[in-house]
Amino acid sequence: MKKTISVLVENQAGVLNRITSLFSRRAFNIDSLAVGVTDDPTLSRITIIVDSGNSVVEQVEKQLNKMVEVIKVRTLDESTYIGRELMILKVAATMKTRADIMTICNICGAKVSDISTTSMTMELADTPDRLNTFQDMMRPFHILEVVRTGVIALQKGGGKI
Amino acid sequence: MKMTGAEILLEALRREGVEHIFGYAGATICPAVDVLRSASDIGYTLVRTEQNAGHMASGYARVTGKAGVCLVTSGPGATNLITGVATAYLDSIPMVAITGQVPSGLLGRDIFQEVDITGSTDAFTKHNYLVKDAADLPRVIKEAFYLATSGRPGPVLIDIPIDIQNQEVEAVFPDEVNMRGYHPSVRGNDKQLDHVAEAIGLARQPVIVAGGGVFLADARDELQLFAEAFGIPVVTTMMGLSLLPSDHPLNMGMIGSHGNLCANKALAKADLLIMIGTRVADRAIIAPEEIHRRMPSIHIDVDPAEIGKNLQPELPLVGNAKVILQQLMERDIQMDCIEWRSQLQEKRIEELHREYPWREESVTPGRLLRALGKKLQRDAAVCVDVGQNQLWSCKNLWLKDTRFLTSGGLGTMGYSLPAAVGVKVAQPERQTVVICGDGSFQMSMNELAAVSSRKLDIKILVIRNGVLGLVNQIQHTAPYHGPFGVALDGSPDFEIIASAYGIPSIVLENDALLDGALERFLETEGPCLLIANVDPACTTND
Repeated sequence: MKKTISVLVENQAGVLNRITSLFSRRAFNIDSLAVGVTDDPTLSRITIIVDSGNSVVEQVEKQLNKMVEVIKVRTLDESTYIGRELMILKVAATMKTRADIMTICNICGAKVSDISTTSMTMELADTPDRLNTFQDMMRPFHILEVVRTGVIALQKGGGKI
Repeated sequence: MKMTGAEILLEALRREGVEHIFGYAGATICPAVDVLRSASDIGYTLVRTEQNAGHMASGYARVTGKAGVCLVTSGPGATNLITGVATAYLDSIPMVAITGQVPSGLLGRDIFQEVDITGSTDAFTKHNYLVKDAADLPRVIKEAFYLATSGRPGPVLIDIPIDIQNQEVEAVFPDEVNMRGYHPSVRGNDKQLDHVAEAIGLARQPVIVAGGGVFLADARDELQLFAEAFGIPVVTTMMGLSLLPSDHPLNMGMIGSHGNLCANKALAKADLLIMIGTRVADRAIIAPEEIHRRMPSIHIDVDPAEIGKNLQPELPLVGNAKVILQQLMERDIQMDCIEWRSQLQEKRIEELHREYPWREESVTPGRLLRALGKKLQRDAAVCVDVGQNQLWSCKNLWLKDTRFLTSGGLGTMGYSLPAAVGVKVAQPERQTVVICGDGSFQMSMNELAAVSSRKLDIKILVIRNGVLGLVNQIQHTAPYHGPFGVALDGSPDFEIIASAYGIPSIVLENDALLDGALERFLETEGPCLLIANVDPACTTND
């Protein structure tokens, strides 16, 4: 089962390395990991998607909490959080296929960021599921390149972790 | 006042109450070593390889409760130290390891004697630091000692580039530590304590499983008081050995794959496990799922991550073992398990007094270790190595208020002699004994130099059977096909080795000579080596 863990850490060199090495050392599987600074420049927020059972997720939380540079760890409640991922996708496009590609972009809400005589590049920020759908729909046109950021997420409502 | 990084280091170590450093100098640590020259209040032991600086610091830490300190140079000095640090990490020993590093401006260029030691030790230090500004040193050192000794103790490594040791800055020494990501629990949750007290009250066949965490929390007395107050039988892990004397009526021995029958029976038949300061490691609790299926358990540990890692307890209780045991003692618990206790005691007494086979041509290890233990002073420290010598000691060494020290988690051969040096440096008055095999002795016998130069009164028992005994034993059982690479051919004459260091030795040939040899061994003034010849066919099951 996929769980989203939000981690506040000291914004210092080496912290990300410690966290990723913890995951490999403890044999925790991660689907994605995204990191960025918060409104407090001394803090970074890391969003980690773990695909494991509850007991493993509990261990992940506890092991993260043990790290001196980790300030807070919270597994987000699936029903009340906003999780988004950014994808940039480059697909082969010719005069014949451009209109079809545009239709799918409109349906999925993707924005065209670049266009050339042989290709189109789109960007889409949405849930991982919807990104997958978009990617599937683009596949018949021959995808040239894809890049995804990994999910970032926050809990809904006025609270904060 | 302006100070160099090295001067700040010395001042900060003094402020932490450091009295001794185990080290090995090299180019990049020279500024730090240079200031130690004038520090007559801080002792220094030169080791013969850096790994042993870690083990000495470990022995020192385990008997004092203070962080052991080691200091080595960059590159190979730092990588040699790694096994010492990892050994301390697996046994949660408080330690501060200081390594020299190449100039900070040249980091990452692979210059002479550069390794990324902080990156290398992430997985087995509690925390580590690469210092890039001497002004950070006072804070870093204060934090390092606090981290090493608080919560679940462990080694902390500080890597200091040589230019930072020479950098002159205005030094401000903080009075306290302020780390927003580190707040270890001390007191147990009151509500959870109620549940724990209730569960204990309902039990008819409870057993306490005590681990090394009890020693780390300095809770040996509290454990004994708690067990005695309710008459609850106690079993220990290897790291918990010597929490109770061998013949304490509640001590049922050591559990696990190398434990004794009575302790394992207690574990298997209990209706409540009270685990204190133990991480439910595979050698101690072989089948956690089976234990979980059979009986409820209470798990008391200062490290929340240990609870549920290997065994999901019914009642987790996070906090310091000493404090929690005191809290539990304040509760009104009514419990009676006399029948259970007497069943176990019968079995235990039988085990404690079992007869050993008599050997004319060699020494019977069990007989030797029981006799040795009985002849030691009440509070002797016994540093035991890894392998057959360790397992024989676990089962047979007679314990009074002895302190049993071994590398339980990592199983590092060569641990015993340097650890004993650390013990003896910390507590010169304490009777200190090493028990090792001829394999493990050869891993660190170079430290006889420390014994000799400091004239340390350490008694060293080498159990000699000419093979790497435990591996040999494993190779004799399926699926393996027989011994290979375990014969210690080419071993030197240990008597000559000892005498080369100015240390007398005694060779013990057989069981009949045992008592006399042990007496001479223990009565010799200063260090002494006792070499006991054991039949290589003798296994840990004998």
